[in-house]
Amino acid sequence: MFKILKQSIRTGIVTNSFPAVIGDPPDGFRGKPIIDYARCTACDKCAEACPTTAITVEAKAPAESNQKILSLNYGDCIFCGECEVACPEAIRLTEDFQLATTEKSELLSQACFKESKTGYFEFSEVVAQAPPAQQSAEEIGAALKEKIDKLFGRSLHIREVDAGSCNGCEVEITALSNPVYDIERFGIHFVASPRHADMLLVTGPVTRNMEIALRQTYEATPGPKIVVAVGACAIGGGIFGKSYASCGGVDTVVPVDVYIPGCPPRPEALLHGILLAIDRYPADRLSTEE
Amino acid sequence: MKQKYIQLLRTTWGNIFTEEITPVANELYLTLESGALSKLPEICSVLVKALKAHFVMLLANDERELHGKFFIYYVFSMTADNLFLILRVPVDAREREVPSITASLDSATWFEREVQDWFGIVPFPNIGKLAVHPDWPEDVYPMVKEFDLKRSVRRVKGSFDFKHVAGEGVFEIPVGPVHAGVIEPGHFRFSVAGEPIVNLDVQLFYAHKGTEKIAEGMNPHRAVFLAERISGDSSFSHAVAFCHAIERTQQIEIPQRALVIRTALLELERISNHIGDIGGVLLDVGFSIAASRAFYLKEKFMHLNEILTGSRLLRGMAAIGGVRRHIEDTLAKREAMQETLKDGQEAFEELVDLLMSSSTVLDRLESTGVLAHKDAYRLGIIGIAGRASGIDRDLRRDHPHCAYPYLKFHSVLCNEGDVFARVNVRIDEVRESFRLLEQLRRQHVDEPIKATLQSPAPDRCALGYFEGWRGEIVHWVMIGKDGNIFRWKITDPSFHNWRGLKLAVRHNIVPDFPVINKSFNLSYSGNDR
Ligand code: SF4
Ligand code: SF4
Repeated sequence: MFKILKQSIRTGIVTNSFPAVIGDPPDGFRGKPIIDYARCTACDKCAEACPTTAITVEAKAPAESNQKILSLNYGDCIFCGECEVACPEAIRLTEDFQLATTEKSELLSQACFKESKTGYFEFSEVVAQAPPAQQSAEEIGAALKEKIDKLFGRSLHIREVDAGSCNGCEVEITALSNPVYDIERFGIHFVASPRHADMLLVTGPVTRNMEIALRQTYEATPGPKIVVAVGACAIGGGIFGKSYASCGGVDTVVPVDVYIPGCPPRPEALLHGILLAIDRYPADRLSTEE
Repeated sequence: MKQKYIQLLRTTWGNIFTEEITPVANELYLTLESGALSKLPEICSVLVKALKAHFVMLLANDERELHGKFFIYYVFSMTADNLFLILRVPVDAREREVPSITASLDSATWFEREVQDWFGIVPFPNIGKLAVHPDWPEDVYPMVKEFDLKRSVRRVKGSFDFKHVAGEGVFEIPVGPVHAGVIEPGHFRFSVAGEPIVNLDVQLFYAHKGTEKIAEGMNPHRAVFLAERISGDSSFSHAVAFCHAIERTQQIEIPQRALVIRTALLELERISNHIGDIGGVLLDVGFSIAASRAFYLKEKFMHLNEILTGSRLLRGMAAIGGVRRHIEDTLAKREAMQETLKDGQEAFEELVDLLMSSSTVLDRLESTGVLAHKDAYRLGIIGIAGRASGIDRDLRRDHPHCAYPYLKFHSVLCNEGDVFARVNVRIDEVRESFRLLEQLRRQHVDEPIKATLQSPAPDRCALGYFEGWRGEIVHWVMIGKDGNIFRWKITDPSFHNWRGLKLAVRHNIVPDFPVINKSFNLSYSGNDR
């Protein structure tokens, strides 16, 4: 017993002073890729390098081969950095990881390129723009703090459903319970039954063999229920896509409220997404903390 | 070396083998004559019993467009000679039958069932389904070439075929596929008589994503990213095993610096997972103070991973021909490495002290979930679970590559086969990993980190392997005419070890299941792919 006490005292408080640390991944962290359209010629090298078709370059329409559409879908991105290697002139992987959104359309950036007289393609207009990540770590911190305060005295019950993930997302969800992130201090608990859950946290591309189980879990969860799709697979099939074995994303099976990009999303990105989801939940309906 | 085995086999069975030419030095491919098919079980039996071969895996390959036949490859490891002996057995495209080798090689059981479910090649005597669920139609085989990856397959009526244990007071407890905690999907069915478990049936393949099929026709460089996603907790080991296979097909020489980086990351992956598992075991026996210290320590290492590589799971690092990034190229990285290793080592020893000082915890771990050596041997249990039951096998030593041939370490072995032994193997392996990392830090080899690559030579195949933290990961890749992947077989150690878990829980009480399960910590995604 003495030994335990002594060690606990020596370790002290280890929990990150969240949200102060959010937004501070180490140098070299591979977050949201951004394309500098002014330096881009829609040449296709990045699309060729991308292992998941998160980046595509296509003719605007079959008849308009003099116009190309460059798309970057953050939902499909696995943050490997290969596009940056293929085109360091125009593409850079930033440190932004707080990409969770409630609208899938907000995960897409698209730009139109027109063929110039010299034969090169040049940027002409933005077609769709994924909203930029929040300005500063402090701002996000303040916003999150407010939400946590709203949660005070209440708790959120999460049921995790692995719908055929690679287990990478689970590694990070599990990390949320370690003493550094300590998700329980926000009043967030993982529960053993869908009947007690306010939120489903779903990972994986939804394999054929998990499709029915996911649907049943969703049906067994009392309303209002929030579904959070975690990771590239859950958003749109990720690297596994859609096939005989996978449905290609959670929203092909049940409605999704929040999408958290990443492969896997790091724990702070998960917290950001979960807290975003809480916003969508009527506060008076949250389980009262015993 | 190869000649020795060819001679040995020919003296017993005559000239029924043809040697296939391969540039890979430690692989011997022997194709069996069609007429000699009935001798297969006997040959396998002799290999294992008389020649001390270890059965690694078997895989089927649809080579109808190349040779008008299917082939099954039976892979054996001859540890004493660092050689892989691969029996290549033709299977008639219409009859699709092959004699089962399981009478003498129980460890091949799941492999044969998978071949049956995915290729329609029936090992006789016939056996039940494994890799497809009962709502999968009878005559559809996803791994034959004409099956279209994107095809949607109708569901048929069917129910799982569980072993029902009859007897007074025996009842069944079904669990899953969605679990109470943050756990991968699988369905467990316990038959219990009072408290003790009399039988455990496990239905897996809920996480089957068609990975091997997806990769067919894929550019190998792109497939590295798929390999990283076979089993998230072993991202780097699987990626390295895959790259190793491709590199061997092409005789690519890896720069030393890259080998050092690979080895360091592989050991870091081992450390964080082992520590996490020790924490999991401690949590399951209610020692939460120690558990949270373990989880804290694991987090430290995940954080180190992110500092060194930009990814907490070491993704985006492995590349065919080497690695993509340096890991200690800045002062900040070197310091983080230095500090985490130093503090980590101390904290780890404190954790071990804490664990060993609690007699109530030791009571729960000792004699729980015993997997006897003879059962582990029969079932072909490998990796940590195998070494905890006295199976002395470690690919880092037995078929070494990366920087292991130049490093000092010893492979850990226990004999008790209980939860405690599996924890002890992990403890000592973490210590060995620290030792290995220290040696690696002293190596200053300044060279590029990636070999320059030619476009891949077609029509080549090779094994790639690595002793991951859970156990040996073995891949086999065949490059097609177009330089893309023709066939990729992935074997995660879990595929061998699930049967060990089923046996180890027998006669234990249901409340001990979680801790026994955790002590194996098998991968579902790696198993199901
Ligand atoms: S970082 Fe994202 S967009 Fe860039 S290549 Fe990788 S997956 Fe594609
Ligand atoms: S999103 Fe990435 S980490 Fe998550 S399950 Fe899919 S492949 Fe694994």
